Amino acid sequence: MLSPQIIDLLIKGLVDTLHMVVVSGAIGTLIGLPVGVALAVTGRGELLPNFAFNKVMGAVVNMTRSTPFIILVVAIIPFTRLIAGTSIGTTAAIVPLTVAAAPFIARVVENAVREVDRGLVEAAQAMGATPFQIIRKVLLPEALPGIVAGLTLSAVSLIGFSAMVGAVGGGGLGDLGIRYGYQRFLPDVMLAVVVVLIVLVQIVQSTGDWIARRVNKRNLKS
Amino acid sequence: MITLTNIHKTYPARGGGAQVRALADIDLSIGRGEIFGIIGRSGAGKSTLLRTINLLETPSSGSVQVDGVEMTALSAAELRRARHSIGMIFQHFNLLSSRTVFDNVALPLELAGTPKAEIRTIVEPLLDLVGLADKRDRYPAELSGGQKQRVGIARALASKPKVLLSDEATSALDPETTTQILHLLADINRRLGLTIVLITHEIAVIKEICHKVAVMEDGLVIEQGPVFDIFAHPKHPTTRSFVDPVINRGIPDSLRDRLSPQPGPGSNPVLRITFTGEKATTPVISAISRRLGLDLNIWHGQIDEIQGAPFGTLVVEALGDDATVGAAVDLVKENNLGVEVLGHALPANH
Repeated sequence: MLSPQIIDLLIKGLVDTLHMVVVSGAIGTLIGLPVGVALAVTGRGELLPNFAFNKVMGAVVNMTRSTPFIILVVAIIPFTRLIAGTSIGTTAAIVPLTVAAAPFIARVVENAVREVDRGLVEAAQAMGATPFQIIRKVLLPEALPGIVAGLTLSAVSLIGFSAMVGAVGGGGLGDLGIRYGYQRFLPDVMLAVVVVLIVLVQIVQSTGDWIARRVNKRNLKS
Repeated sequence: MITLTNIHKTYPARGGGAQVRALADIDLSIGRGEIFGIIGRSGAGKSTLLRTINLLETPSSGSVQVDGVEMTALSAAELRRARHSIGMIFQHFNLLSSRTVFDNVALPLELAGTPKAEIRTIVEPLLDLVGLADKRDRYPAELSGGQKQRVGIARALASKPKVLLSDEATSALDPETTTQILHLLADINRRLGLTIVLITHEIAVIKEICHKVAVMEDGLVIEQGPVFDIFAHPKHPTTRSFVDPVINRGIPDSLRDRLSPQPGPGSNPVLRITFTGEKATTPVISAISRRLGLDLNIWHGQIDEIQGAPFGTLVVEALGDDATVGAAVDLVKENNLGVEVLGHALPANH
């Protein structure tokens, strides 16, 4: 049905998509996780309240989050060129994807950390824990199921975003679908791309759910 | 062991409201090895007061001394070290859901940087002490409320504290489990000589295990002293409202209807005689009858035990003239028993 060349293109598209999603997701987590924790603990009445930091950091996060992704991709081209040395191709596409992923992840981490019962923080304080110990030994382990669920959500969103970076020659499945399926009018390629994306999202979601269940000790049956 | 002097706590005004007084003029002295109860209704400030002892709440003014150390003068690092010797347990247990029973109890030791091998030698005996050795590798979600609180107690004891603060530790438990947990606390108090400060809104908890009690209302300590004295002679109306249901100093409703504050035609005075401690066995009733020839009609009697000492009340109608009744009152007082005139009983069918 699909020609071997098309199959090859599909495989290459999948590899490119995975490459972009995994790398931008990983870097996004490296940035988003500490920022999310920082946002959560600096809020009013929290562990280390810091109004100024919280407001400034919150504003930066909101700014990136409210810019439509396709505009973000184009708007930060100079920055992309500075970081990646080029503004086209898969590697270049990782830069805007990361810039979009980090604040997204920061917000989901912030929410997960805020969900942790205040009583646990108080108990740890009563034991003489330092703020850093409370973050490492109480907040992060207790928020882990929520963080895993949030990261899964972020990965799915990134797969969606990665389809748009074809605009800067990013490659990947989305690019393949637009160029072959739409512009060359090959509906079977379009369909194949959509099916591969659906399966990919399904796998990511199921894996994420499975891990979240594994790390969640809150609803065990005795 | 713990001395609170002139503690005040006010929360600053926010959003145009007036500032809120949480605690005022609090003076408490808690001896080594005591179980000290603080009772009050919700919002009375007892939780805030408890938290000033380990400075989870910083008092606006006043002094907090624990084991001779002025807590309010400590730096952040010194305060964290001081908190290692003050354990705390909570109404909702506050266990980490992500950690097993063993790891929850080990947490305070991990925080203090105790080596792993040593942690085992401390945690395992504690799990035996609270009767949870077989639940070592379970998660809190797999435990009952009583078991969770046992984990909480073991965790609080892990750093070998001198003081244990209990924040409504039995309020989320059923009556039977409450009794078990209270016995465990009393046992720990005896065996380890641990000073326990507990807050509760249940007078039964105070009656069961406390040596001393402070009654709080509206941010003030309105009455404090040995539990026996407070139960036997509650002064403040709030204290009375706490104490009355459990030691039933009252009289049956059917008789209450006949009671009038003023003497009336054919009325007789009604006396309440209270027997406390070793005096509870004095044969004062028969002495009155024999020596004064005064008949006493017993309306209501009750004997109770508070902290292992007997405590009784007897409500009697004295069938005699004022002079004889006055002599009877004097006789009761001579025997160092408590007596008060409750009112005057009108004739039954008038």
